[in-house]
Amino acid sequence: MATQPDVPPPSEDDAFREEVRDFLAENFPSELKGKGSALAGVDGPTEESEAQRKWREAMGSRGWGTPTWPKEYGGGGLSRKQAAILNEEMAKAGAYNPIGGMGVMMFGPTLLEYGSEAQKKEHIPPICRGAVRWCQGYSEPNAGSDLANLQTMAEDKGDHYLINGQKTWTSGGQWADKCFCLVRTDKSDKHKGISFLLIDMDSPGVEVRPIQMISGMSPFCETFFTDVKVPKENLVGEEGQGWTIGKRLLQHERTNLSGGGSLARMMGASLADIAKKYVETDESGAIADKVLRDRIADFEIRWNAFLLTARRATEESKAAGGVSEISSVLKKLGTKLGQERAELMIEIMGLQGLGWEGEGFTEAELSGVRAWLFGKATTIYGGSTEIQNNIIAKRVLGMLDHQ
Amino acid sequence: MAVLNEEQEMLRDMAREWATNESPVAAFRKVRASGAPEAFDRGAYTAMAQMGWTGIIVPEAHGGSDFGWLSAGLVIEELGKTLTASPLVATTLAAAAIVLGGSEEQKAKWLPKLASGEAIGTLAIDEGPHHNPAKIAASVSGGKLSGTKAFVHEAHSADLFVVAAADGLYLVEKGDGVSLSTRKLTDQRSHAEVTFDGAAADKLAGGGDSLIEDVLDRARILTACEMLGMAQAVFDTTLDYLKQRVQFNQVLATFQALQHRMADLFGDLAMMRSAVEGGLQALDSGFGVARAATIAKAEANRVLHAISREGVQLHGGIGMTDEYDIGFYLKRARVLEASWGSTSYLRDRFARIGGY
Ligand SMILES: Cc1cc2nc3c(=O)[nH]c(=O)nc-3n(C[C@H](O)[C@H](O)[C@H](O)COP(=O)(O)OP(=O)(O)OC[C@H]3O[C@@H](n4cnc5c(N)ncnc54)[C@H](O)[C@@H]3O)c2cc1C
Repeated sequence: MATQPDVPPPSEDDAFREEVRDFLAENFPSELKGKGSALAGVDGPTEESEAQRKWREAMGSRGWGTPTWPKEYGGGGLSRKQAAILNEEMAKAGAYNPIGGMGVMMFGPTLLEYGSEAQKKEHIPPICRGAVRWCQGYSEPNAGSDLANLQTMAEDKGDHYLINGQKTWTSGGQWADKCFCLVRTDKSDKHKGISFLLIDMDSPGVEVRPIQMISGMSPFCETFFTDVKVPKENLVGEEGQGWTIGKRLLQHERTNLSGGGSLARMMGASLADIAKKYVETDESGAIADKVLRDRIADFEIRWNAFLLTARRATEESKAAGGVSEISSVLKKLGTKLGQERAELMIEIMGLQGLGWEGEGFTEAELSGVRAWLFGKATTIYGGSTEIQNNIIAKRVLGMLDHQ
Repeated sequence: MAVLNEEQEMLRDMAREWATNESPVAAFRKVRASGAPEAFDRGAYTAMAQMGWTGIIVPEAHGGSDFGWLSAGLVIEELGKTLTASPLVATTLAAAAIVLGGSEEQKAKWLPKLASGEAIGTLAIDEGPHHNPAKIAASVSGGKLSGTKAFVHEAHSADLFVVAAADGLYLVEKGDGVSLSTRKLTDQRSHAEVTFDGAAADKLAGGGDSLIEDVLDRARILTACEMLGMAQAVFDTTLDYLKQRVQFNQVLATFQALQHRMADLFGDLAMMRSAVEGGLQALDSGFGVARAATIAKAEANRVLHAISREGVQLHGGIGMTDEYDIGFYLKRARVLEASWGSTSYLRDRFARIGGY
């Protein structure tokens, strides 16, 4: 049984489908089949195999990693329907999208909306080619949920800004080429004093220190800026418009984190299929542990309802012209379900599902444990679940503090 | 909190003071960093033994103090608070098996050594990743035991294994016919697959038909004590953090959404404590042990699961770092949840005990 809900496939577009099939036959290295990239979205270390590089370049040069982005900036220029066909054919071929990361998920869409023509021309094409890594310089030690409290200063020096301050939890900071950053250009106004600035990570005065996580990995950093010079052209939008732009970017982040489709693919096989490998079944194929069976079914039903919700929300928001506050609902639901699934998976596998390293465990079991631990971050970053609840209560439901 | 007698209060206070001063989480970090497979500090275990903690449930005649299960549980809870890595739970359970099912000779041979800390013991029951004592293939013929046991706690340091075979429990000493293969779990403590290949085995012939389950009930309850300490520590740490971390110009503790979350967890923690203490008291009175043990471990699983998750969540980003202790509790929690009965197993067992 598949994890995807049963909904009719998009209607045919035969010529385009042919084109995609030919492209895949010619360009997708068979050795990468079924691989990729549970975490293609995370900007990890840079090593790639020859085959991975070829596949990235093939997709990048067509713009098909960012299928619906405008062609003039290097995107695929596809209709939504065509993009769906592309997805379907890739799934059939066992191919993954090699173009990902924060540039694709968050920064690109935001720059397409708010960037100047020159900024779009400069920054979007490398994102479409998967040739640049972006990181997100939002959080600071005292500006987490209260992001607008950020204190990293950008001082106006005529033709450039001078940046001083500290960011933290910067995912992929140690591998990133560039950082989209929220900085303070005015101390007198909490929200209107914030600006959205693009910073080269190899500028003098930028220092990153990786932080180890409970999962054992070190995918995020403290990032220090000491007298870093940033040209004025790197300001996105107007000075003081950073809060508006920054929040817009968060909506893209949330939509992506909640994951609709991508999360479903990442999650792979249904829990029931996994359970059948790890626990006993009776003659009829039913999981013998009736309590566990009940909990798996309960989860899978809600998971399917979530996927349908994500799909409906995507359709509705596309019709209404883009991401919206519904992204908060999706983020909160999707991340919670993702965590629940990881926890259930451990219960299904028993102690076999808690291996840390060494002999006695498959690679999938070991990476499952790390993913379970890393997954605890999903309800914290991108605006925590509590913050999403505040947004839903206040902005969607109108439940204001003082009425 | 159960009403304690003076002796028990002293014991608890001593354990609390020792754990806080001599065995804080930093001590576990050292053990982890050493990478030694036995994963505990011998010096610390010797100190515990000198304070008498290894003999709390052992009769005085065999070198213990016979203070009872509630007393043992108090100590284990305090050690759980600081994630003290030691084979104390495992050794106590091995001793309990001998107290319940051993001959005079077996008791005389092993209990004084276990009570003094000279020997370390552990249970080797399950043969797969799920707790399932109904399914045991290990067998004994001509006094030799053969079979494989999965994820045996504290196996690396154990001198004595209390092993389940199809026809009962056996004592097997480490040595000929016993081999280990390390299974490093996320809690970074000592676990191993133990293979017995014709190892000399000495049957625990006393204790009646329910011996295995009686021993396992003690494992469930004592494990629940460790979990209670962990849950309490995560709760306290989280509460302190919320009272101190400022966002939006106010401490997080002033947000009603978080106040209610903590109030809910506080209620859950109260239930967990009552369930765990109920288990210990059942052991001391000898009445209704199976049911009390099932409730204790089931509640421990439910509440620690929730608190260990909320602890990370309510700390935000810092809760995700290895530098901060809270994640260690989450990892240890899942290992203990899966040991001696998962939530599914315990719910099913509870219904069976109730006859439905
Ligand atoms: C793995 C990981 C990767 C990250 N990557 C990045 C990155 O690339 N770039 C970046 O800028 N940041 C990143 N972050 C930071 C992330 O955005 C922050 O951790 C998050 O905003 C929460 O802030 P905080 O950690 O300061 O927690 P706090 O804001 O201190 O929150 C602590 C707890 O209090 C709750 N809380 C706070 N305010 C309220 C309220 N008003 N009402 C109710 N509850 C509240 C929170 O939900 C949370 O549970 C990352 C974090 C993690 C864990």
